Amino acid sequence: PLSTRCCAPSSAAPAMNCRAEVLEVSVEGRQVEEAMLAVLHTVLLHRSTGKFHYKKEGTYSIGTVGTQDVDCDFIDFAYVRVSSEELDRALRKAVGEFKDALRGSGSDGMGQISLEFYQKKKSRWPFSDECIPWELWTIKVNVVNLANEQERQICREKVGEKLCEKIINIVEVMNRHEYLPKMPTQSEVDNVFDTSLRDVQPYLYKISYQITDSLGTSVTTTMRRLIKDTLAL
Amino acid sequence: AMDTDLSSQDRKDLDKFIKFFALKTVQVIVQARLGEKICTRSSSSPTGSDWFNLAIKDIPEVTHEAKKALAGQLPAVGRSMCVEISLKTSEGDSMELEIWCLEMNEKCDKEIKVSYTVYNRLSLLLKSLLAITRVTPAYRLSRKQGHEYVILYRIYFGEVQLSGLGEGFQTVRVGTVGTPVGTITLSCAYRINLAFMSTRQFERTPPIMGIIIDHFVDRPYPSSSPMHPCNYRPGEDSGAVYPSVEDSQEVCTTSFSTSPPSQCVFTVTKAHFQTPPPVVTDTLKVPVMGLAFSHQLSSSRLSYQPAALGVGSADMGYPVLFAGGLNAAHPHQLIGPGKEGGVPPVPSQPAHGTQADQERMCTPLDGVHYPAATPSSSEDTETVSNSSEGKCGSPHDLLETIFIRKVGAFVNKPINQVTMANLDIPFAMFAPKNVELEDNDPMVNPPESPETESPLQGSLHSEGSSGSSTGNTHDDFVMIDFKPAFSKDDILPMDLGTFYREFQNPPQLSSLSIDIGAQSMAEDLDSLPEKLAVHEKNVKEFDAFVETLQ
Repeated sequence: PLSTRCCAPSSAAPAMNCRAEVLEVSVEGRQVEEAMLAVLHTVLLHRSTGKFHYKKEGTYSIGTVGTQDVDCDFIDFAYVRVSSEELDRALRKAVGEFKDALRGSGSDGMGQISLEFYQKKKSRWPFSDECIPWELWTIKVNVVNLANEQERQICREKVGEKLCEKIINIVEVMNRHEYLPKMPTQSEVDNVFDTSLRDVQPYLYKISYQITDSLGTSVTTTMRRLIKDTLAL
Repeated sequence: AMDTDLSSQDRKDLDKFIKFFALKTVQVIVQARLGEKICTRSSSSPTGSDWFNLAIKDIPEVTHEAKKALAGQLPAVGRSMCVEISLKTSEGDSMELEIWCLEMNEKCDKEIKVSYTVYNRLSLLLKSLLAITRVTPAYRLSRKQGHEYVILYRIYFGEVQLSGLGEGFQTVRVGTVGTPVGTITLSCAYRINLAFMSTRQFERTPPIMGIIIDHFVDRPYPSSSPMHPCNYRPGEDSGAVYPSVEDSQEVCTTSFSTSPPSQCVFTVTKAHFQTPPPVVTDTLKVPVMGLAFSHQLSSSRLSYQPAALGVGSADMGYPVLFAGGLNAAHPHQLIGPGKEGGVPPVPSQPAHGTQADQERMCTPLDGVHYPAATPSSSEDTETVSNSSEGKCGSPHDLLETIFIRKVGAFVNKPINQVTMANLDIPFAMFAPKNVELEDNDPMVNPPESPETESPLQGSLHSEGSSGSSTGNTHDDFVMIDFKPAFSKDDILPMDLGTFYREFQNPPQLSSLSIDIGAQSMAEDLDSLPEKLAVHEKNVKEFDAFVETLQ
């Protein structure tokens, strides 16, 4: 089920709410990666543009975003992702770590992975830049263990159907046309977009995850930063 | 809607955006039903021709059809652009699967900036469409198309017609974009009830090659436009230069057999052994050395004719890629490359459609042939010979013969001693009137006495199917999950293993079993003198017969 709530950002930015969407899936261990990639790629498909090319007079042109179909091996499911190997690698890395953490000791197979879109707000020295989230996607994962091949086959289909529902949910949210950062000027573009990729330009994002240990308490294991780091003091 | 508030430049831009949005929408939908994976490249430098900053290829044929349907108009209130996706089986029955609707309503957003916000939101909507087209049930069906069915599209403009989707169809909204002249909405209504609804759904075509896709008779809608197959490949000799849709890695060996109702056709495809063959239900793959042929199957069971195989391979020393469609009158005919002698060419079909129509049909994906094209057409010969050269290679290549079992595709309901009319099985009208009980089925229990008709004879001479197909008024179809051939289902209470065991190890002939054997042996010996006497009496007849053989 998709639930929406608005959370106030940690900083004191005025009148900017961060909308938060939560998705839940139950999957078998070997399906974790593909399921996470499917959701993350679908979100990023909607949250990536072509590369901006600023011209004189403050105008800019936008590059072209290609797309490609991805078939899942362990789920009866296919999804579309942006044609960017760099982006795919970045997501796979994050998802791989999440999967490993889920498998690790102290985990009862429950965890969540979050994709946060944020804007940078430059602060004056000596304060470091702020990161103001404007959209947060959380995928809660419950890993199930299956006993035999028949159950696995059913799981393939069921998870495929569930993912179809998730995609529809994601598209629903995207279609609300709620807050999106203003299109930036050339000097501001790195505060809004991740310009480090060669072929596409997603909004600035970061992926983090949490594993619920067997006691039910949530333990933050790592924070992954997949952005250009801001200047350290 | 008042457009005095909108500058003329904005209005022009908006109209252009909507027009190209409609064209791209159609492209995305049709391409998503081609049955292949789509892949386009990102490009950091803007090319200027990629509408909405998305790399969506334009299949010229599809653009042409869309423009034709729109006829210079734009979606407006009451005038929606609809893309209808349907499925058509190799027997000629069709079923609507989805209707994608691009509609405009009156709710205007005057404040919105056309050249910026509307454009970007249209781009976002296209991305949503890319995502949603992969999650409706028709996507998976379209990925498996080729052998038993194809996916077709039809574009129309006007009122949305959802009645062909059956009861309980579901709707998914892809998205909306507000503009100063109205709100654009994109949605999809899709069938969830996979049973054929009524006779109206049947588009039974006469058993002539080419008719199936080319002509749709008795379309329910008067202003209907012709249907087109989604798995399009531009023909080599069509005039314009068509940039083709980027090939996917997984090419489906589509061999579409247009079997007339009374026949079943074996399609032989060169199997790409690296990639798994497409999922086809109820098929038995038998490796055949260098041979393509067709076959008549009239019974509801798989009739295996080893004799035909033997004859065939003796005649043909070369592998031929079998063209999907066959002339009913020449059941053993090959549509071969035509370069080797001895292959009778399939006579060109009379009602074949215009050249333009032919171009509109697909040439097949990897050299396997579309039934509409006759060998006499240069385009087809080219693809035929290309494929036979490119793919068949040496005469010793292994071809896989795919036997298509007639009744049973998509079926998972039991057939017992009931007439076909009472059953919800697809293609029931093609089943013989008298369902053979499993006990009587020669495949399951070979006949005990040598005088019983062999399965060969039974299938060759059975007229049941052609009669029953027309005589049967059974209309209901059940489209079920595709199950692999001979998987556990209720029709044959056996799985593949059991089938093979029974097939490979038929019960012993009673004459060979010891008890009865001994008995009949004794009887035989006793009756020998009698028999000899009879034969001697008829010796003249026998001699005459022998003469005729020489």
